[in-house]
Amino acid sequence: MLNKKDLLGIKELSAEEITLILDTAGGFRDVLGRDIKKVPTLRGKTTVNLFFEPSTRTRTSFELAAKRLSTDVINFSVPTSSVVKGESLIDTALTVQALGADFIIIRHSSSGVPHLLAKKLRASVINAGDGINEHPTQALLDAFTIREKKGTIKGLHIAIVGDIAHSRVAKSNIYSLIKLGARVRLIGPPTLIPAEIADMNVKVFHKIEEGLKGADVLMTLRIQMERQDKGFFPSTEEYSKNWGLTPDRVALAKEDAIVMHPGPMNRGIEIVSEIADGPRSVILEQVTNGIAVRMAVMYLLSGYRR
Amino acid sequence: MKILITQGHIIDPSQGIDGTGDIYIEGGKIKEIRVRNREQRTEGKEQRGKSKERRSGEEAREIQTIDARGLTVFPGFVDMHVHLREPGFEYKETIRTGTLAAIKGGFTTVCCMPNTNPVNDHASVTEFIMRKAAQEGYCAVLPIGAITKGQKGRELAEIGTMKHEGCIAFSDDGQPVMNSLMMRRALEYSKAFNVPVISHCEDLTLSEGGVMNEGLISVTRGLRGIPAEAEMIMVFRDILLAELTGGKLHIAHVSTEGSVDLVRYAKKRGIQVTAETCPHYFSLTEKAVEAYDANAKVNPPLRTERDIEAIKRGLQDGTIEVIATDHAPHHADEKLREFDQAPSGISGLETALGLSLRLVDEKVLTLPQLIEKMTLNPSKIMGIRAGTLNRGSDADIVIVDREKEYTVSPEQFASKGKNTPFSGWELRGLPVFTLSRGKLHEW
Repeated sequence: MLNKKDLLGIKELSAEEITLILDTAGGFRDVLGRDIKKVPTLRGKTTVNLFFEPSTRTRTSFELAAKRLSTDVINFSVPTSSVVKGESLIDTALTVQALGADFIIIRHSSSGVPHLLAKKLRASVINAGDGINEHPTQALLDAFTIREKKGTIKGLHIAIVGDIAHSRVAKSNIYSLIKLGARVRLIGPPTLIPAEIADMNVKVFHKIEEGLKGADVLMTLRIQMERQDKGFFPSTEEYSKNWGLTPDRVALAKEDAIVMHPGPMNRGIEIVSEIADGPRSVILEQVTNGIAVRMAVMYLLSGYRR
Repeated sequence: MKILITQGHIIDPSQGIDGTGDIYIEGGKIKEIRVRNREQRTEGKEQRGKSKERRSGEEAREIQTIDARGLTVFPGFVDMHVHLREPGFEYKETIRTGTLAAIKGGFTTVCCMPNTNPVNDHASVTEFIMRKAAQEGYCAVLPIGAITKGQKGRELAEIGTMKHEGCIAFSDDGQPVMNSLMMRRALEYSKAFNVPVISHCEDLTLSEGGVMNEGLISVTRGLRGIPAEAEMIMVFRDILLAELTGGKLHIAHVSTEGSVDLVRYAKKRGIQVTAETCPHYFSLTEKAVEAYDANAKVNPPLRTERDIEAIKRGLQDGTIEVIATDHAPHHADEKLREFDQAPSGISGLETALGLSLRLVDEKVLTLPQLIEKMTLNPSKIMGIRAGTLNRGSDADIVIVDREKEYTVSPEQFASKGKNTPFSGWELRGLPVFTLSRGKLHEW
């Protein structure tokens, strides 16, 4: 069991805690392979997906994870616009808790919201993505997938390509992979890689060819089209030309390198279809593993003594 | 009402006083001040005798005597940068509660920024503030008018008319004038009325979306950063415009090392520029927002240890001549919002003295130097008669117990704004009495 009420970010976890989550997820992964995919572990508990930002993939994954553990699940979607109009963030969260939630899964466009609410709530808070801060369960499922494919994470060369500055997935992955002993390379245009990040025991590359050379894992991130308007890069065409994952570039990595993407993909922009659908791609396995990892997190938090 | 303050340690930089003595107050004015060792006599022999005679007579019973032994007596502090929120945001603060917070913190003159609703960009708003302050204020309130109508940066506000109504300086504060030509015009036009233009230096195009200092912490907390350069660019622009126009420029709340260097350079060049900083900029770093505590969210943002050191050097060598609070009260509900949605600002009037006295303990400033930055210097910049114990001035006096230790507890603030990152801090030095225009308040 994790001796924690909440999962707020990878920053707050030790390598041992991450490993415990991954080990536990292994057991649940087996359950998901069975004919009957449900366990009674958390029967009688209630999970609320409190999403202040639209999401289908992550919400569905959490919903399934909660159901597989036999908790009752409610989806509580709050478009940010209506929050601005009326109820405060904390009131909304307290309302959800008053409905009897034991787990509150939170996604919000502002960084730090799960941290703020965790202090106010008795329920376990799980961060499902906050602003440009963290998306811890994504990093956990990525680590799980890498470990499954490569046996270990320690010593691997892992390249993350794309918008590091605005990606909570990248941030959580950087923390977790460093903690687990990988050598992390960040690749992208200087506008999308904060200069200060070099202080974090990572290597920064602006030329993708240099960054991919000899890598064991290639992880590319979704490019948000609106970044173009803010001058982070001139066009998606130019981005794709310089930082897109193409067969030529992937060939620079190790022969057995795997390709990952947190989804949803912009095919033809950050990744071409040949790679996304190719033999090295583990993108769909990432999705399946996501459920197992989220089950593990909920299970491990359920033992917290209040 | 006659008041005699006896045997306090009096410090008044305006007269070079630093010694034990007495102050006699009558009719809300300072009638006499005597300092031992220096025999500072501000009245003629005959008059002095007379007042002595009167005091020893029957009326002596009417005189309230304050035994200030072991206490320090300063001119009431002058805060040239506060937000009183009235009109328009009375749920955050009012002129009444803001001025009560002021005198509790030792301030007897406050200059309030124009970002009210409506904006103080018109003589009618100035008149409202002046009237309200006269009716409900616990201390002198001197409004700062907007430079441009609606703080929108497009058309000059009626600076002359507003000055006539009571505004003593002009600033668009949190909505800095981005258009350089408009800022040039403001610095030129204000010369006709001999009023300073106060600049909140922030290049909004560079700071866009930022909520804290840009650096490793902003990256690892997922909060958008404001680089120090967003401040420095505007500090330098405004310095150059002050040189071009000969206008009186005052730089508000200096937060970065680079800005201190630029102001120092400007002064060396003989450009008319003055600068202030606030207690939070020499007391806290960006680490204070690590846990998403919106009470430490302020604009400009808290910076780094290096910036704190530079600001202290700037205070020491006179580059920064003023300590102001930028008292910015907000409602607790607003500070409980998402960090990036929460408003910026710290309720500062009631912690300013304790935090600033730390500079004396750390030997950054001597006590008279500190008091000069909280009394004489802001008065000079604003061109007002305040911050002095000169005979004939308003009896604006604060009597401080420098040894009094206390824990900052926002619940006890007189201000409606309980938003402070200093909650729980152990500070030393509290006002025991404040005299505001002769009226005595005991804490």
